[in-house]
This record gives sequence, C-alpha cells and structure tokens, in this order.
Amino acid sequence: MNLDITIGQYCEGNSVLHRMDPRAKIVAAILYIVVIFLAKNLFGFVLLCASAALLIAVSGIPARIILKSMKPLMFIILFTAVINIFWMQGETLLVHFWIINIYAEGIFNALMIALRIILLLIGTSIFMTYTTTTIALTDGLEQLLAPFAKLKLPVHEFSMMMTIALRFIPTLVEETQKIMNAQKARGADFSTGSLMQRAKALVPILVPLFISAFRRADELATAMECRCYTGGEGRTRMNVLHARVSDFIVCLLVIALGAAVVLLNQLGGFSLSW
Amino acid sequence: MSAIIKIENLSFAYPAEEGQQPHKALDNVNLEIEEGSFVAILGHNGSGKSTLAKMLSLVLMPDSGSVWLDGKNMSAEDITEEDILQARREVGMVFQNPDNQIVATVVEEDVAFGPENLGLPSEEIRRRVDEALAMVGMTKYARHAPHKLSGGQKQRIAIAGIIAMRRRCIIFDESTAMLDPVGRKEVMATIERLNREEGITVLHITHYMSEAVRADRVVVMDQGSIIMDGTPKEVFSQPEKLWEVRLDVPQTTELLYHMKKNGLDVRLDIFDPDECAAEIASALASL
Repeated sequence: MNLDITIGQYCEGNSVLHRMDPRAKIVAAILYIVVIFLAKNLFGFVLLCASAALLIAVSGIPARIILKSMKPLMFIILFTAVINIFWMQGETLLVHFWIINIYAEGIFNALMIALRIILLLIGTSIFMTYTTTTIALTDGLEQLLAPFAKLKLPVHEFSMMMTIALRFIPTLVEETQKIMNAQKARGADFSTGSLMQRAKALVPILVPLFISAFRRADELATAMECRCYTGGEGRTRMNVLHARVSDFIVCLLVIALGAAVVLLNQLGGFSLSW
Repeated sequence: MSAIIKIENLSFAYPAEEGQQPHKALDNVNLEIEEGSFVAILGHNGSGKSTLAKMLSLVLMPDSGSVWLDGKNMSAEDITEEDILQARREVGMVFQNPDNQIVATVVEEDVAFGPENLGLPSEEIRRRVDEALAMVGMTKYARHAPHKLSGGQKQRIAIAGIIAMRRRCIIFDESTAMLDPVGRKEVMATIERLNREEGITVLHITHYMSEAVRADRVVVMDQGSIIMDGTPKEVFSQPEKLWEVRLDVPQTTELLYHMKKNGLDVRLDIFDPDECAAEIASALASL
C-alpha cells in the first residue's frame, strides 16, 4: 500500500496569483464561484471559459496538471451530465423511446452543468490549492475570520487545530506504515479475506496508532506550554499579511466578470434551468 | 557567578494509582546551578531526572521544598500564573522526541512559534528567527517541511525555537536519546556551542557517558536523590559507585579501572582515547 500523500497540491511559482494575499485569494475564489452560478446562457459560459483559460495562463501552472487533477472527478461530472440529459423536460424532442425522452434543452443543460463543475474546479484550485501553501491558507482564513473572534467564536483555536493537523498527518502516516510493517512481520494479513476480515485486520493497527497519537498530543501540549503558548490572546505573527493594490484589482476583476455575465444573460438564448 | 537555578529540599510523588503506593520520584533534592555552566544529569530510568527537569521548567509543581529561578522562589504561596509564565521565559526545554515538539508545517514558522507567543513585533521575530536558525546551522532549511528532515535536524529546529525566545537556561531532557550517532553529534556540537559561545546555561539529561564527560559538572541521581555531584573527572573516577546504580562509565575509565585492579598504576580520570593509550603506555614502561 502506498501511503505517500502530499497534502494540498501547491505548485511552486512566482506568478501574480502566487504572490497574492491569501485572504484576497479566498475572497476571489468565493466571488468566482458565485459568478459561475450566475451564468445562464451560452454567451456567459463562453466568457467564463475564456476567464478560466486566462487564470491558468496567468498562474503559469501547466494545463496538464490541472487536467490530471480532474480525472478522479470525471465520474461525478459524467454522472451529473447523464442524469440531466434524461431528466430535463423541454420543447424540442429529439429522441423518444419507451419512457425515455431526450430534449435538446436537456443536452444543452447537461453540457453546461458539466462545464460548470469543471469551471468550479479550475477556479478554486487555481485561486487556492495550486498557488497557495496550506500554511498561507490557514493563516489567511484565520485573519479573514478574525472579526468573528469578537463574537467569541474560537477562530484562533480552529486555525491552530488545522495547522497541527496538517503538521501531524505525515508523521501519523509514517507511523501507520511502521505499525503495518511490524504487524506484517508477525504474519498479519491485510490484503486477503472477506471485507469483514480485512476490516478486522485493521484493528491491531488502529489501537496502537490511537494510543501513540494521544501520547504525542500530550507531549506536544507540554512542549507548547514550555514555549509560552497561552492561546491566541496577546500573540503576534512573524508574517503579517499585507493586502496590496493588486489584490483588490483581482477581486474587482472577478466582480466585473460577474457583471458581464449578468449582462450577457439578458441576451437570452438557451437558458439553464438551474 | 550567581545561581540561576536553586532547589531546596525538593520532594515530589506522582499520584498513586489504585491499590498502589504513591511513587516517590524526588526525595529531598538540593541543587544549585551556576549561571553559564554546563551540567549533565545522569541516572537510570526512574531515577527522577526527568521529573527534576519538569520541576525546573515549572511544568510540575513540587509537593514540598522550593524551586528558585533567578533568585525568585517559584514555589512560594503568593506566586501567580503570571509569574510562572514570566519564569518560563527564562528556562527553555528541549524534549526527547523531536517530532512531538514541532508545531508548524514550515521550519521558520515553528521557530517563530515561541516569539509569537511572547507577543513580539513581527520585525523582531523575523530577526530572532534568522539569528536562531543561523546559530544551529539550519538557515538553508528555513522554508522546508519539518517532517522531511532527519532526527538531528529536527532537534536542532527545536533548539532554535528555544534560542529565538532568548532563554538564559536550556534543559535538554534526553534530547539525544532518539537520534542516530550523526544526529547526536550535531546536537551535542550545537549544545556545546550555545554554552561556550552564547553563555547559555545548559542542563543536559542523558544516558550517554560520552556526552556527560563534556560537561563542566556531572550530577548522578538514583531513586529520587542526588548521589554524586562533581566534575566529570571526580565522578567517573569512582566506577564502582556508578555500576552500583546501573550506570555505565566511559569506556576509557572502564579499561583503566580493570588495569588498575590488576596491579597497573594508572589514573582513572581520562576520557580521551589517545590520552588513555599514553597513560597505559607510560604505566607499562615504568613496570
């Protein structure tokens, strides 16, 4: 079993998007998602596709990597599209067979929805995962949500939890591998037998893993206490985020894109039902 | 020189589990650590050395007796949470498992964790982090992910995290125990440099005699008490006493001890292999 996972899919780079303030990127990604859902007709989608292509070009991330990341989601995209073809009722009946009716609107809808999912993936991955390190993301999220701390929401604690979780995933993965090897060396079998048997074979891995995770947590807590950690209050940061003009421009551009899409919707044509 | 740490009549017992006697970890311990010194604490498992370290870093509080940090009694009645936090800024601690003390996913972020907790301005944190990383020789790994580093490197990151808080005293609680020989060498070199060049007081708890001989002073603990206290030469020239408490002596001392026992007139307080060879040669020559 290969457990070598990389968390996030950050691609090293120095594009405008890489250098953007993570807070601005999170905001831009959310705005972009809204814009994608605003598009109702072909013109809107053409514009969106152009914007996605522009995003990929600006980020400097090879299109190959982005296409590859879509592979695991291909099934969901196809499934949604196919369901739409059969579900949609329209005016132009193309195929009538037994209880199956396929309308031209259905095909259009299916295509547009598939496109919408693909655009969502490109938008969020370009703005967030590919151009932002996980630590910058958690930092950005913490500072973006900072106003909510006044409402007594545990914003700092949440981001600390995220950081520690990310920090310990590779450590625990390594440990799992070690325990599995130790069990295998003593004759444990994880790959044959019924599903039930295989699930049972995992118990001797999970028990030591959990015990060690608790022990680690305890030691980490002591170490953090020794380094004067007392929670978010009175804590400063080494890397202070600075929003620059370019960050605002990118967000404004996304909003402008939204306005353009809404205008194009007025042109009519085939219209997406949802 | 003044004592940065002083403990008086310190006793501590871990709470008893059901149906068992409480385990007395420390029994009336007295110890004074001079500012700027390098003290090694030796002891077999369960001798109370790690408990002592936890007392000194104020993670645990004594049942009786007192801990004085920098002339201030930290066990006094009127000591507040605030005072303890303040005192923790003076004494840093590096633990055994390097994995379990690194908080962040990027090396420099982890080194910054302590100074960030102190609420320092960001330029000051940046300066200290760069300085601390340079001191442990890890500058070029500043942007790396900690889990990809070796044990010795991770431990040096942990040390940098303490240095960045400008601690005057660092306790190493078996910090070399889980490392391979190369990692141990790196960490020991770092510890010695901090002590000699930066004047940081070092308390090094260890199992390794080769590390203990490099200290200015060796304290041997057994069953919650200090049984020996002196320079490495004084302590290691009494091998029987160390063997009695299931501790080793440096290999050179062991060799010389057996030679002496068989009638050869040699000194025991030699830890350098070459010096040891010279001593044996001269003793043989004078036969």
